[in-house]
Amino acid sequence: MAVTDGTGTESAKTSARRPNRLFKNLTAKTASIPMIFTALVVFIGCTGWTIYHSFTKSRLLPAPDKWVGLDQYERLWSTRRWLVSIENLAIYGICSLILSLVIGFTLAALLDRKIRGEGIFRTIFLYPFALSFIVTGLVWQWVLNPQFGIQSVVQRWGWESFTFDPLNNADIVIYGILIAGIWQGSGFIMVIMLAGLRGIDEDIWKATRVEGIPTWKTYIVVIIPMMRPVFVTALVLIAAGIIKVYDLVVAQTSGGPGIASEVPAKYVIEKMFQSQNLGQGFAASTMMLVSVLVVLIPWAYLEFGGKRRD
Amino acid sequence: MTDVTTNTRTTPRGTKPRRRMSPSNIMLYGTLFVASVYYLLPLYVMIVTSLKGMPEIRLGNVFSPPVEVTFEPWVKAWAEACTGINCDGLSRGFWNSVQILVPSVALSIAIASVNGYALSLWKFKGSEVFFTILIFGAFIPYQVMIYPMVILLREAGEGLSFITGTRIRLMGSVWGLVIVHTIFGMPILTLLFRNYFASVPEELFKAARVDGAGFWGIYFRIMLPMALPIFVVAMILQVTGIWNDFLFGVIFTKPDTYPMTVQLNNIVNSVQGVKEYNVNMAATLLTGLVPLIIYFASGKLFVRGIAAGAVKG
Amino acid sequence: MNLMKATTAGIAFCAAGAVSAAELEVTHWWTSGGEAAAVAEFAKALDATGHTWVDGAIAGSGGTARPIIISRIIGGDPMHATQLNHGRQAEELIEAGLLLDITAVAEAGGWKDIINPSSLLDSCTVDGKIYCAPVNIHSWQWIWLSHKAYEDAGVPVPSNWDEYVASAGALEAAGKIPLAMGQQAWQSSGAFGVINVAVGGVELWNKINVQKDAEAAGGPEMAKVFEAAAAARAMAANSNVQDWNQATNLVITGQAGGQIMGDWAQGEFQVAEQVAGEDYTCLPGLGVNEVISTGGDAFYFPKQDDADIEAAQKELAALLVSPEVQVSFNLKKGSLPVRGDIDLSSANDCMKKGLEILAAGNILLSGDQVLSADTSGQIEDLMVEFWNDASYSAADAQAKYAEIIGDAD
Repeated sequence: MAVTDGTGTESAKTSARRPNRLFKNLTAKTASIPMIFTALVVFIGCTGWTIYHSFTKSRLLPAPDKWVGLDQYERLWSTRRWLVSIENLAIYGICSLILSLVIGFTLAALLDRKIRGEGIFRTIFLYPFALSFIVTGLVWQWVLNPQFGIQSVVQRWGWESFTFDPLNNADIVIYGILIAGIWQGSGFIMVIMLAGLRGIDEDIWKATRVEGIPTWKTYIVVIIPMMRPVFVTALVLIAAGIIKVYDLVVAQTSGGPGIASEVPAKYVIEKMFQSQNLGQGFAASTMMLVSVLVVLIPWAYLEFGGKRRD
Repeated sequence: MTDVTTNTRTTPRGTKPRRRMSPSNIMLYGTLFVASVYYLLPLYVMIVTSLKGMPEIRLGNVFSPPVEVTFEPWVKAWAEACTGINCDGLSRGFWNSVQILVPSVALSIAIASVNGYALSLWKFKGSEVFFTILIFGAFIPYQVMIYPMVILLREAGEGLSFITGTRIRLMGSVWGLVIVHTIFGMPILTLLFRNYFASVPEELFKAARVDGAGFWGIYFRIMLPMALPIFVVAMILQVTGIWNDFLFGVIFTKPDTYPMTVQLNNIVNSVQGVKEYNVNMAATLLTGLVPLIIYFASGKLFVRGIAAGAVKG
Repeated sequence: MNLMKATTAGIAFCAAGAVSAAELEVTHWWTSGGEAAAVAEFAKALDATGHTWVDGAIAGSGGTARPIIISRIIGGDPMHATQLNHGRQAEELIEAGLLLDITAVAEAGGWKDIINPSSLLDSCTVDGKIYCAPVNIHSWQWIWLSHKAYEDAGVPVPSNWDEYVASAGALEAAGKIPLAMGQQAWQSSGAFGVINVAVGGVELWNKINVQKDAEAAGGPEMAKVFEAAAAARAMAANSNVQDWNQATNLVITGQAGGQIMGDWAQGEFQVAEQVAGEDYTCLPGLGVNEVISTGGDAFYFPKQDDADIEAAQKELAALLVSPEVQVSFNLKKGSLPVRGDIDLSSANDCMKKGLEILAAGNILLSGDQVLSADTSGQIEDLMVEFWNDASYSAADAQAKYAEIIGDAD
């Protein structure tokens, strides 16, 4: 490929300042066509399509000409099941975020203490990530089953008043799902954290040791702030998983008992396909997208907007 | 290959333990051991259950080892379990899954790696905007995208047919499914590759430019050989995701080419009076075998790759 | 064009052997033991004509299968035939011109005269044209009682709902679950519908479901129905299975006294080799109001652009309604045949009861036929919560129910 001076020569570091012309960097732009297409047509296009149809009375098939304004949203917010779903997602989301980060970081830090059998422990913590949510839900449903699982085993050991039956108790069922969700995903977060810890310069440890700062304090005061990009990556991955949680609930509880473990994604999907009310499903998914945007836009602004960090 | 970009340690750090049995060591191993129990318990339950007969399952608890080991459930899950009127178990879908997996993984990684490369080293006006949109896309539940995707693929197929003059259908063909996997794998993979290539020393890139290498020249001759660890990570993530996918597999293919997960769903969800937990568990393990083997085999590479890619912002 | 099609179809009927053999992909969600055995009858019959049945079973009820079916149809790559509950589900697909018009097949087969009740064919008809082949009649209004459970409890098998409720104490004392209930939403909602007809009567049911009378839904007669449902809820408190056939299994094995479930439960008793009247008893309309609803399954044929395949699709449509296939299929499935002109002497006690009620014309429209999927979905959401939350009072549930009926379209 011929490269003449001035075409396609800028790297990221210089491009910001030079005036942009369409044909500059042409190869890079051509190579990015699939990405641009995906971003604009699929993600923006389909999202726009979804939002538009949330204002219509679409039933089984999309009906762009049956405009009903905000009706779908009014109904959505007066539906008990949707409110329960939102509440569950909030509980599940916050707990899952905190627990994944804490467990992931703690395990990574422990593995990083020059221990024996690191490879074995790492594999043990990571393997659930290879299994789908459907499988995860089924196995934990089985383990938490009151007649066969943990409860009956502990009772058989002699502690007869022991009850641990989260999946049949409406008040705590969401935590039963949380146990399974953390099991599946925290290993991957652990690996990311471990990778981040390995990227930290040995000299920093030496310096803190000289200063006499205790290990736990070093982690909190020095190491964690240094690992900001790692936490950001982990956060994106966890959050994307939380908002999409669906299969796990379907496999583990089907939203039960009653509607106690319903989540928004399940509401969206069931309204779209079971109740054949696309408009209602689209309205609910639009609300989910809005909540994602509220979190994501400030983050994207800090991350990419304003200043260039490198 | 070479390891120039990553100054990642593969050895652990920290103070060398002075004595094996110091209290802090006991704490450390104790914690790891307890955590291991939590992570291993379900796998243990799956294996043990899959080796029991149904009468034993009904009597015993889930944790007791099988009194009488039977491989019957495994045989049944692989070759005999029924889906509708076809009673040949998971074996039906295994090769279909492989045929879907290989092109999907290859194409999605090829495109995402070029994206990441362009986004980090050949930025152009608006590239960050597209990237932000991609990341946003990672948060959209797949099911919401089904209908618009179906319509998009139908139109794309018709467009292609019109241009080429031959009849091309993207819906219902493996290629349609490959495109869908490429699109939905793009956000996370692009993020990984972008972060990885951003950590390449600038001098290396500049030197290549001075030598007169262009976009593709640098990509193929310099970046690709250096990027092995991150390719491993991308591959592991994609193999897992695509192998475990049920929804797209069943919508964008036909019964003849249904992936293994469709049979798994049918075995697990069609209850023949009593839930055959042992067959369900065996089927689950069989389906998970491919990703599991990859994880067990590539544990160290995975961490190295992640260290190289995900963590540099 | 239409004439052409009709002619092609005509030729197809006359010379089935001469039509080139086609592979027909058929989607359905019949995967439980009895269901799969019934589908196999269809496949056998089709394969015998020289065509090939390519089975596209997708487990997990209509909710899993429907998005797959609809996406395939609107994506321009449809299967050749698909199960859908008839009623209001397919209307939009027909309006969009995506489904094959099989009026010619129906006329050639004289469906107008033989399909009984005629409401089944009406559900397939849009603007005078027929788009689906009904294959069976399913009714919800049954309770299945386990003889073993009652023997163990030492009380006689009840013959109606009131006796059944009265026997609950004895069952519980013997360690049995009086009422087996799966916890899925459609089961909660279905069982409620059955109690509604049995306790409230047909007239009230029609007023609410057909005329969408919100006042009746909130009225004192309906309050009795909700009280009865609350009583049933207490009887089912210890039943914690998910799937309907797991609940049926509790009845089969005598762990539970009874289950309110549609006639498809019959297939499970059959697979377990139990005999009606000896091992179990079935009471239509809960033994109070002997009526049955006449919903059912139907097959639709998405449009293809291949004349050979279209001919084969029409052949399949005719086959599904043919007398031999109707008998063999429905015996396995435990449902009633859609034609009134065939002999079901091999039917068991329960099916015969159903046939008698059908012949006497004591029928209701099914929920699918009168309520939109959306309204049914809202009722399901309400019912699953009501059945699973003992603190949800009957009065509160009724108020919400009346509201849903008031908004129904």
